[in-house]
Amino acid sequence: MNYFNDVATLARKDLLLELRARDTLPAMLLFVVAALVVFHFALPAEAGDLAGLGLLWVAIIFTALLGLSRAWVAEREQGVLDGLVLSPADRSAIWVGKAISSLAFLVLAEAIALPAFWIFFTGLDAATIAGVLLADIGLCSVGAFVAAMSTATRARELLLPVLFLPLAIPLVVGGVGSSVVDDPARYLAFLGLYDCLFATICWASFEYVVTE
Amino acid sequence: MSDKYVAAAYLVVFTAVLVYVVIIGTKLARLEAALAELVERVRARG
Amino acid sequence: MLPPLAVVLFATAISLIFFWVPEDAEDPAQRIFYFHVPIALTAYSCFGWGAWKALRVLGKRDERADVESYVAIHQGTIFGALTLVTGSLWARATWGHWWLWSSRQLVLFLVLFLFYCAYFMLRFSVEPGPRRANLSAVYALFGVVLTPVSFLAIRLAEDFIHPTVFTRDGPQMTASMFTTFCVSLAAMLSLFATFYSIELAGKRIDARIRELREALS
Repeated sequence: MNYFNDVATLARKDLLLELRARDTLPAMLLFVVAALVVFHFALPAEAGDLAGLGLLWVAIIFTALLGLSRAWVAEREQGVLDGLVLSPADRSAIWVGKAISSLAFLVLAEAIALPAFWIFFTGLDAATIAGVLLADIGLCSVGAFVAAMSTATRARELLLPVLFLPLAIPLVVGGVGSSVVDDPARYLAFLGLYDCLFATICWASFEYVVTE
Repeated sequence: MSDKYVAAAYLVVFTAVLVYVVIIGTKLARLEAALAELVERVRARG
Repeated sequence: MLPPLAVVLFATAISLIFFWVPEDAEDPAQRIFYFHVPIALTAYSCFGWGAWKALRVLGKRDERADVESYVAIHQGTIFGALTLVTGSLWARATWGHWWLWSSRQLVLFLVLFLFYCAYFMLRFSVEPGPRRANLSAVYALFGVVLTPVSFLAIRLAEDFIHPTVFTRDGPQMTASMFTTFCVSLAAMLSLFATFYSIELAGKRIDARIRELREALS
């Protein structure tokens, strides 16, 4: 189907660009590991595992922010976004492609970060990993969308955290809950609900973000 | 003792409304001045 | 403009009169609720109205709806700030703390307040025009989706953040308390309506004057 082809092409373009430039992913990796080290020094001795798990989610949120701030840079600098909008592709496909490539970067960064967390702090169970993956989908959907909005403004990257963080709060709750609570099913379900809801409105309204 | 806080709540809301009215009032004055200036310019044109 | 003003004065006066009538319940600071909850509900109405106008911006390409949406959200943010302040005063009066993470409504308002403050940062970072109208409208609609999702999140978060007893705002209300509450709610809503129409009129006059200036020079 044409739509999926467009999405795949766009996502592949981003991944290829990153493969050649190799700037975003290494920065995210270094950032997340350095953040974990900072957290070790930030936590008092009696803090315990739960505090560490909470801070893992802080690390994930800010690593995602780091990656997302670069998400639309190439499109903006080369004027590619106008070209994409003019192309016969469905506008929402642009967002889907970007969300998928952001998700790929975030998951790759976590592939290093989670084992590092395991080593530095405490073990992670299946519920936590599931929570991380579900939250990633939400983070990248909403993040790619909001990053596109901030690209259209004068303030650009300055605006991204301000727009992103209030929307990310429910994901933090869902994620921390799935890590910390004995019965994580509710939190995982909530993360799924968030993903469905916000992906839908992002998909439906991206058209208005890139056109006049 | 807690009457103090009830009074404070009243005061906060009242002050907010007052501040808003003052802001609106100054804006209205500014608009009237601008309108008067424009009327003058139209008259000067003849 | 005069009728809404009359309603406001009338309704607010009655609220004030009523306040002296019903006696304090077990909780003497409970009187703050007659402000706090109506202001909170009015703020929700503001955001809802702003989102409705935002829908018209996107759906009907209604240019005037952009200003209307902006004014509604502006009012909502003001009422939201008042909600936080009155809520904080109530928390201090009843529980001794300036903030209660255990109060769902307060925490929800904090999240929404942050969200809508970002609305203004977004709006003032874009040149006026259809692009700004679209971005603002989309963001306003996101707020409507975020509200129930955040409320659910805050409820879920209570399990691992505050296992302590959480407050239940609003005890059983007697008839007189309920009446006072309703009158106060009506007063707040008419206050919103008045400010909304005034601010809107002000913005329209501003635009007209600018047009006139350009036509004359």
